[in-house]
Amino acid sequence: MDLIDDPQPVSNTPEFTVAEISGAVKRVIEGEFGRVRVRGEVGRVVVARTGHMYFDLKDERAVLAAVSWKGQVARMRVRPEEGMEVIATGRMTTFGPQSKYQLQVESVEPAGAGALMAMLEKRRAALAGEGLFDAGRKRPLPYLPRVIGVVTSPSGAVIRDILHRLRDRFPVQVIVWPVAVQGERCAPEVARAITGFNALAPGGKVPRPDVLIVARGGGSIEDLWGFNEEIVVRAAAASEIPLISAVGHETDTTLIDHAADRRAPTPSAAAEVAVPVRADLLAHVSGQQARLLRASGQMIARRDQRLRDLSRALPRPDSLLAGAWQGFDRWAERLPGSLRTLVSTKARALAETAGGLRASALLRQASKDQERLRSRMLRLAAAAQRQLERARATLPESTRLDRALSATTAHKTAVLGMSTGRLRPEIATARITDARARLDERTRQLNAALDRRLERARHAITQAERLRQSLGYTATLARGYAVVRDASGQPLTTRQAASDATGLEIEFRDGRLKLGGARTSPPRPPKPAPDQGSLF
Amino acid sequence: MTDTPVEEMSFETALKALEDIVTRLESADVPLEESITLYERGAKLKAHCEARLNAAQEKVEAIRLAQSGEPAGTEPFNAG
Repeated sequence: MDLIDDPQPVSNTPEFTVAEISGAVKRVIEGEFGRVRVRGEVGRVVVARTGHMYFDLKDERAVLAAVSWKGQVARMRVRPEEGMEVIATGRMTTFGPQSKYQLQVESVEPAGAGALMAMLEKRRAALAGEGLFDAGRKRPLPYLPRVIGVVTSPSGAVIRDILHRLRDRFPVQVIVWPVAVQGERCAPEVARAITGFNALAPGGKVPRPDVLIVARGGGSIEDLWGFNEEIVVRAAAASEIPLISAVGHETDTTLIDHAADRRAPTPSAAAEVAVPVRADLLAHVSGQQARLLRASGQMIARRDQRLRDLSRALPRPDSLLAGAWQGFDRWAERLPGSLRTLVSTKARALAETAGGLRASALLRQASKDQERLRSRMLRLAAAAQRQLERARATLPESTRLDRALSATTAHKTAVLGMSTGRLRPEIATARITDARARLDERTRQLNAALDRRLERARHAITQAERLRQSLGYTATLARGYAVVRDASGQPLTTRQAASDATGLEIEFRDGRLKLGGARTSPPRPPKPAPDQGSLF
Repeated sequence: MTDTPVEEMSFETALKALEDIVTRLESADVPLEESITLYERGAKLKAHCEARLNAAQEKVEAIRLAQSGEPAGTEPFNAG
């Protein structure tokens, strides 16, 4: 150890206070890095309650603290999100109290299209995860909107294209909600327009559109970026009015396209989607009317034809009656003959029966019986005489026998007398009288039966006549129809024949009326009385 | 067949109803009485559709915003 060891090396290096050195560092850093662009991946992002945003930018080896003030955050087109590869623009500052340096970020842009697309995809996935893009949320567009709301720039080709196309197809009321279609104001204004249209009350001062079109022409992905913002996507998804998105060219897809109820490739296409072609519809409606007329005409014609066919198939009234008439005639002719046959048959039967009942026959029978009786009595007397003589010859005591014989003879004689007494001609006479009475009774019955038959036949004829009348044309007259005849009484059935006729005669229910022409023949009786003929 | 009054129908509904009626009259064997009713309704629908089509009129307006930012009305719009 050295004796004159210098306890403190003397230096001419000036001394700084902490504040001085902190201020010096600040000057150097802020002077050297007044405006820088730093590329890096966004780390943890914290938004303080004050609205200021604190985040880290990092790469493999270093971390840089970054801060954006509230006003700057609001103006950012792209907000830093964790994991995003960005290029942050700002200036370096130091924070003396904590011996820190940080990048004061004014704006952030995605580092290249790939990063932007990656961010877009991430956002799309997140919103899709919420169900904002679900097919089930899509509402059908009205077929024929009365009012169309258009959210787009009031100047430029887009609104002109839309109005042109609408005018060509179907002129309707259009309400334009002017918005900025790019830049920082784009997203909030578009979202405000969509919610604003939806907030209009039906029947209010401003008519509420039936369909919305959100449109913008083509541009770079950065130009179209506003239509990828969450606020716009959410407004489109929440819109109760069906919404058509037409942002950029056909190949450009923004997130509002996913949330819209319908995506049109171009603004003109959106107009086509929104309304049908009026001329086509008019043609279609008149086509329907023509078909309506034709169909109803054909239907009536078809029924008319069917009616004609059926009328032809209907039998003529006289032929309908012909069979009945023929049958009637046949039976009516046979009726008198049958009665005659019946009477003669009965008369013959009567004659046969009455023939046997003659008085002479009875008398003849009686005398025949008397003759037979007399011969029997003679034979009996002879037999008795023979028996008496035989007894007289054989028996001495003939007195008893004689007495017995006399008794027997007396008895027999008495019996004979009784029989002879019963054979009186009065009996025969009484039987003849009786037979005659029966004959009279039969004859009366026969006449009564005949009368009944005649009455039935008369009734049948009356019925047939009534039927004939009701089926004849005179019944039609009673219902109000009339028959037109020419002067000679021939019925006329055509207008031509009527105009050719020299005179007309119209038959009504209650008589005939002559019109014009010479009266050539007396009117025929309206209904000739049917000849019923004679029964006998 | 619906009994909705024709006047209350949207164009699309009325057109569909008209097409249905035409198809029925053309194909089905509709009773005569009903066909007359159908025809009359068809004629009414057609008139309604045509009226809706003829009422089409172009009118272009732009939203006018009040100080508060609420829509205060509309003004004629001229596409620049």
